Amino acid sequence: MPVVRRYRRFAPLLALAVLLSGCVTDGPRSALHPVGEVAVQQMELFNFTLWLSAGVLAIVLGVLIYSILRFRRRETGDPDAIPNQTEGSVPLEITWTLIPVIIVILIAIPTVRTIFDTETRVEPTEDDVVVNVTGYQWWWRFDYPELGITTANEMHVPVDTRVVVYLETADVVHSYWVPKLAGKRDLIPNQVNQLWFTSPETGVFNGHCAELCLGAHAYMRFNVIVDEQDEFDEWVAAFQNPQEAAVPARDTQLVQDEQLINQGRTLVAQKGCIGCHTIDNYAEGMGSINYPDLTNFGLRTTVGAAVAPNTLENLALWIRDPQAIKPGNYMPSLWQEDDPNAEEESTAIAAYLLSLGVEGGQQSQAAVSGGSN
Amino acid sequence: MAIGRQTAPAGRAGLFPRPTWTTGWLSWLTTVDHKRLGLMYIISSFIFMGLASLEAFIIRLQLARPEQQLVSPDVFNQLFTMHGMTMVFFAIMPLGIGLANYFVPLMIGARDLAFPRLNAFGYWVFSLAGIFLYTSWFLGGAPDAGWFGYSPLTSLTYNPGNGIDFYSISLLTSGFGTLVTAINLIVTVVNMRAPGMTMMRIPLFAWMVVVMSFLIIFAFPPLTIALFQLTLDRVFGTLHYVPEAGALPILWQHFFWIFGHPEVYIIIMPAFGIISEIIPTFSRKPLFGYPIMVLSGIFIGFMGFAVWSHHMFTTGLGPVANTAFALTSFVIGIPTGIKIFNWLGTMWGGSVRFTVAMLYAVAFLVTFTLGGITGIMVAIPPFDAQAQDTYFVVAHFHYVMGGGALLAYLGALYYWFPKMSGRMLDERLGKVSFWFTVIGFHTIFFPQHILGLMGMPRRIQTYEANIGLDFYNFLSTAGTFIMAIGVIMLAFDVFRQLRKPKWAPNDPWDGRTLEWATTSPPPHYDFAVLPQVTDRDPVWAWKHPELLETRDAISRAVDEDTQPEPAREVMIHLPGQSWWPFLMSAAIFVGSYALVYRNVWLMIASAFFVILTGFGWAFEGVGGHYEKVKAEKIDIKAGGQA
Repeated sequence: MPVVRRYRRFAPLLALAVLLSGCVTDGPRSALHPVGEVAVQQMELFNFTLWLSAGVLAIVLGVLIYSILRFRRRETGDPDAIPNQTEGSVPLEITWTLIPVIIVILIAIPTVRTIFDTETRVEPTEDDVVVNVTGYQWWWRFDYPELGITTANEMHVPVDTRVVVYLETADVVHSYWVPKLAGKRDLIPNQVNQLWFTSPETGVFNGHCAELCLGAHAYMRFNVIVDEQDEFDEWVAAFQNPQEAAVPARDTQLVQDEQLINQGRTLVAQKGCIGCHTIDNYAEGMGSINYPDLTNFGLRTTVGAAVAPNTLENLALWIRDPQAIKPGNYMPSLWQEDDPNAEEESTAIAAYLLSLGVEGGQQSQAAVSGGSN
Repeated sequence: MAIGRQTAPAGRAGLFPRPTWTTGWLSWLTTVDHKRLGLMYIISSFIFMGLASLEAFIIRLQLARPEQQLVSPDVFNQLFTMHGMTMVFFAIMPLGIGLANYFVPLMIGARDLAFPRLNAFGYWVFSLAGIFLYTSWFLGGAPDAGWFGYSPLTSLTYNPGNGIDFYSISLLTSGFGTLVTAINLIVTVVNMRAPGMTMMRIPLFAWMVVVMSFLIIFAFPPLTIALFQLTLDRVFGTLHYVPEAGALPILWQHFFWIFGHPEVYIIIMPAFGIISEIIPTFSRKPLFGYPIMVLSGIFIGFMGFAVWSHHMFTTGLGPVANTAFALTSFVIGIPTGIKIFNWLGTMWGGSVRFTVAMLYAVAFLVTFTLGGITGIMVAIPPFDAQAQDTYFVVAHFHYVMGGGALLAYLGALYYWFPKMSGRMLDERLGKVSFWFTVIGFHTIFFPQHILGLMGMPRRIQTYEANIGLDFYNFLSTAGTFIMAIGVIMLAFDVFRQLRKPKWAPNDPWDGRTLEWATTSPPPHYDFAVLPQVTDRDPVWAWKHPELLETRDAISRAVDEDTQPEPAREVMIHLPGQSWWPFLMSAAIFVGSYALVYRNVWLMIASAFFVILTGFGWAFEGVGGHYEKVKAEKIDIKAGGQA
């Protein structure tokens, strides 16, 4: 068909559309496959608008393509032919003023309802879990004021429970965003924002800082881990009494080398780790809240704010050369570049940290140190 | 006209005699001719656009694969900050202003802008601010806090280098230039229209430029205030945006966006105007619904000041404020929809000729509609909670500002190149270039919608592998190569035409508006005799007097003579050139460095010099000269130089 031949140059576009539609749209941070109640409502609104827009687009493209085909100046026709000089039409103008008005109203009704459903500030009840989030250049502090827990970069919450999050920043503007659970909310200096979400499913939900904060912004991630209620209770108990915490390890591997662990335990003091980082398993209350809390670090699944899996190798590398894992971050390396002991010592510290809070890890320390904690 | 009755220059009243060079680089440095300044605006904008595109290209290369370290996070932050600042303030906005500078006087039948020296000042301040900004790459690093520089990222605590000083001072000074040019354009359109050219007969491009200028006048002051505060904070130690001292940094966001949202309309308004010129010309029909097109433009501009907080839906303003700003944002969809339907209505029933300019206009319609749809989406606060600060928003605003404004400006380049240069661009090469550019554009930006919804925040230097982001990022980077081919073809053709011209006739497109009633390129004085305008499409009406009967009353003259006057000799007064606009801009340029380097003596010296040049300017005396011109009816069909 000649028409087909004439318009075959549109073929690449069509191929592209097919290619794109066939691609995966799910991933650990994909808002297109929401889980949390709030995220589901947000996506429903998107899907509704998407279909409505597809209709609008079809009309506009339809009229446009028809005009292109029908009103094209033909080479065969009279080149000086002058079409009817229409300057406007009041009924048509009214029609296409009213069409957008109706579309806008159609979108506005569910929008306003969802705004008040999902963005109204809530007063936490006894059933809710409250978490105070503080953003730092380039990590997250999580405080559970009702439970007396402080941790970093990994936020545990129970399933089917409303989680009320209060957001503050210690430095610049950040934004707390766990796409599968709820849309983002910013952390702004001298201001406390609130966000809440409920997850009907357990699992690990990845989050990312969504507001430019320079340096390692691209690595300012975190995980929200939604546990069954009993798992969560166990986690809470471990943090409330870290010196006796013994939770079965999740993804991490306990290093069965007591000597190495003990060497690491000595080194965190010698090398000055505990000058900044709090490790309640080691000694309560040392370190500063302005550095990531390492209590029960063996229960963490990631290092460097969800940048790498919490394995012995990654953790040792992170301790030895933080810039190798997370370029731009503020953690100093504790060894000279040519220090021959760097690898062994960092591995020891890593082994010690991995033992914290984990079933089997704590007991071995207690045995060696004679329970003198 | 009043200016024509002034006496000839009376001796030398000022410090310098008024320069009279007509050729050579000194004539360009001292020119006040709106066409020369327009060209300088357009060429400077394209140079800055080239730099910004290069930055974008490096950004896309860095993001082509996951976990790459082609550029460090530091350099990456500088690249996207400079890309955004350059495109918005030094490429696309001045491109619109440059086209306005060149064509508004021609389209309304004037000989120049109302204040020719002020026009030169506007240009020099803008271009020197751009050069000032780009020297930051060599003076300790470019700004790196994003083009909207959210406080407190820009404070001395978190950004001790001098990049942010270059950011605030270059925007501050270029803003002055933009402001004076806006005032100039409004005064010109209001006061200097040709006889019979009523406000409801001026081309839609001129109307949209008026709306743009009003937006500039009302939008730039909040930015200027915020930048002043920031500069005072950094240079003189005040505490406007220092959270440790109790400041609320959210204030910066309000100031920035009450400027920033109108700014995107400042960018798109001339594009609306261009599309409203190209489509009627190539459809051989008047613009459909001219009055409602004017009103919807004004309405969009007005509403532009009522929606700024939709950039801040995630800052915790609360459900009431978010509802209010969502609804005002939705309302803007209505006049925008009207505009699109009216453009379609103009094509409907026409005799549509697909030149390259028209192809760009059609591409604009499609791309801008897509950008408008995602615009409505991000105006929904609950959805915006997901989309905000992700690649979805990046895709959205590139569809509006790149696919919308830039495609329209490329259309304008093809449409008006013959008028500006007297040469034709090659239509065949142009069509090939068009397809590469447009397909490349969509390949770059369409996948970014998906990237954003799959959890890719904007402004990240790298991203994890295997979380679904790899393929779309790769596709997006591949698109840059396709688009680059198209743009290089376009640049090649422009240079080729400058070397081996194919001369253009005066009216190559069967045009409708006054710029086609003069030679290509137009003479210094634009029109020997100011045309008597009797119709909304004056040139079209002269070509087709028989069609007048069918026209609506508002666009038709009832009793005026439609015949151009017979040949005679006329004396035209032309404004004199001047050193002062350039010298004042140079003083501001030097003062900018004084602020960056905290050099108090240089600050005082350059401030003194600015005041001095102001006096020199004011007491320069009447300049200009009379030119004797033989006025005759211009043969529209004739070739420019051939």
